Amino acid sequence: MAGERRLRILHLYPELMNLYGDRGNVLALTARCRWHGLTPVVEQAGPGDAADFGNADIIVIGGGQDREQRLVCRELAGDRGKRLGEAVEDGVCVLAICGAYQLLGRHYVTAAGEVLPGAGILDLVTEAGPDRLVGHVAVEVDGHLLTGFENHAGRTTLGPGARPLGRVRWGFGNNGRDGTEGAVYRNVWGTYLHGPVLPANPWLTDRLLALALERRYGEAALERLDDRLEAAARRVALRESRRDAARRMASAWRGRKRWTA
Amino acid sequence: MRSAVVVGKLLIRLCRVLGFGGSNLPGRVARRLCPDLLARLAGQCPRGAVLVTGTNGKTTTARMIAGILGRAGLTAVHNRTGANLITGITSTYLEACDWSGGVRQDIGLLEVDEASVAAAVRELPVRAVVLTNFFRDQLDRFGELEHTVGLVGKGLGLLPPDVPAVLNADDPLVAGLARARGEGATVFYGIEAESDLSEPHPAREVRYCSRCELPYRYRVVTYGHLGDYHCPDCGERRPRPELAATGIWQGGPGQGSRLAVRSASGELELELEVPLPGMYNVYNALAAAACAGVLGLPTDAVERGLATFTASFGRMERLRVDGQEVLIILVKNPAGFNEVIGMLARGGVPPDLLIAINNRYADGTDVSWLWDVDFERMVATVRPRRVTVSGTRSADMAVRLKYAGLEASCMEVRPRLSEALPAALKALPPGRPLHVLPTYTAMLELREGIRRAGHARRYWEA
Ligand SMILES: [Zn+2]
Repeated sequence: MAGERRLRILHLYPELMNLYGDRGNVLALTARCRWHGLTPVVEQAGPGDAADFGNADIIVIGGGQDREQRLVCRELAGDRGKRLGEAVEDGVCVLAICGAYQLLGRHYVTAAGEVLPGAGILDLVTEAGPDRLVGHVAVEVDGHLLTGFENHAGRTTLGPGARPLGRVRWGFGNNGRDGTEGAVYRNVWGTYLHGPVLPANPWLTDRLLALALERRYGEAALERLDDRLEAAARRVALRESRRDAARRMASAWRGRKRWTA
Repeated sequence: MRSAVVVGKLLIRLCRVLGFGGSNLPGRVARRLCPDLLARLAGQCPRGAVLVTGTNGKTTTARMIAGILGRAGLTAVHNRTGANLITGITSTYLEACDWSGGVRQDIGLLEVDEASVAAAVRELPVRAVVLTNFFRDQLDRFGELEHTVGLVGKGLGLLPPDVPAVLNADDPLVAGLARARGEGATVFYGIEAESDLSEPHPAREVRYCSRCELPYRYRVVTYGHLGDYHCPDCGERRPRPELAATGIWQGGPGQGSRLAVRSASGELELELEVPLPGMYNVYNALAAAACAGVLGLPTDAVERGLATFTASFGRMERLRVDGQEVLIILVKNPAGFNEVIGMLARGGVPPDLLIAINNRYADGTDVSWLWDVDFERMVATVRPRRVTVSGTRSADMAVRLKYAGLEASCMEVRPRLSEALPAALKALPPGRPLHVLPTYTAMLELREGIRRAGHARRYWEA
């Protein structure tokens, strides 16, 4: 190996945007960096902090509650969002979960009908729905089955400028209607999957690391790691997403609730 | 009213025969027959009623108050089984009264669900409302916290101005409810500390100034989001507690704390032994002591009531299984788990652990909260000798520990609890205890298993 290879991981809004253990995504990236022989450098930036998007390799933003999201929304719809957009065009990797995923879109319409502008980095819009979409979820992405847990009121619709991250196998995904989940644009990955998503899906973690390595060092060969524990956890999570789907089907049968496989 | 009482009491017997414990049904039926039944039963207690509410710790706090009342020679109508909705509270009074509806106890002591506070204030002769804290506990119940705070605030707003609300000064959401009281009486309790007391919590809940919407800054963090906070913008700050712990000495695993407590006026000084571990129990004890103060109970009743406190359904218990010591410590949320990690770290010797994570409905079906627990710190400071991982989501727990840096060689995954416990006990060095950290349903399963095997004798519990 040609000397030390560093990857800079920027954790944006670690306090405000951390729902359902989303900080685990940063822990997964750093741990796997080390196991792959890379040197992770983790930086954190809250509201108003100086954050050097241009120098970052991977930017991670978790989900937040409504109140937190409004605070962050003000920044991302403004100058900070513009700088993030420039870094995205420059190829930086971004993982945005749930609320952060919504905020990277064009706008969010609240339950009261208020329109909150987003960063406009992803070509998508989100509207608050009448109820929350909650449960274990499984999504097919490039022949892999990702597992996670979703819990969102927003219904997201993609525009032509973003392609879905994957197809929902069990669960709701972007809106519970069109079978899509998440969005990808350049190296930006947006998804509703908590879990947290990266520890549950080492394939996706390594994919992000590979993209970042490729961009920074021009080559991205990663060894296969021993992921037997992760695989066992994925099997349990898949079983639960199937079970949640079956439960929803049963209650739809009784004629009361929405049914999404 | 007579017939409602008779029907209610018969239904309680019936429920017991059929094996429905802590039932709301008798109360519900009796209230149909006699809508003001609860008010008429509760009104007979000469010292009225005390309500205890909040998201965490209300059962323990109510039991601590029960211990103090007992030492003060007072008898109480107490919903010990946790039937804390208005129907369950009615059932509790029905059980306590005689067949003609006579209530002989001195006082009502009621743990009340946050959503039932307003109803309880309307129907009961309330003398004090004790509020513990507002934690976002069940992660599945997203966004309901502010709604819960609103419900409790509504209840406090109905309280006559001379009836005191006993509030946790260190919890911004609880202290903020003092405003709902307007001119009404308020007594704050809290902790005066010079430096952080709690284990650093990487995923602390953020609390905001109610005026400026800015996150509060903390001079000192005591537990979770509790502490000495202020708003950087408008200067809004934690109210000064009327009853404060000024010194806290925490013990290792299985040991409680010792507190120096004083009133703001300096007139009152107490030394309290709290036999339960963890900062959350320091707060529960302070809430109970403040409540006793409001009720005018003697201080030695407070000291002795707390020191001899035992909870039959506590967060922690010690068992002996086949001659080996087993310490069960309930874990149900990140703040509590981090506290347990701190306690284990103070224990000194690298312990054997059995962590049992279930995700049944009562545990919360989403296990992502494990990533908000500081297991990195556990690996570094507790340095467990051996960890057995079990439960319906043992696989997730194993992944969590792997990413926290636990050596694979000292971890064993045994999803079935019935196999995990014997395996962990077998590997245990002689004379050393096994620390079991289960979620709620895993704890029930574990107890049931030990009880059924019949080789356990519970010799201590707290
Ligand atoms: Zn303020």
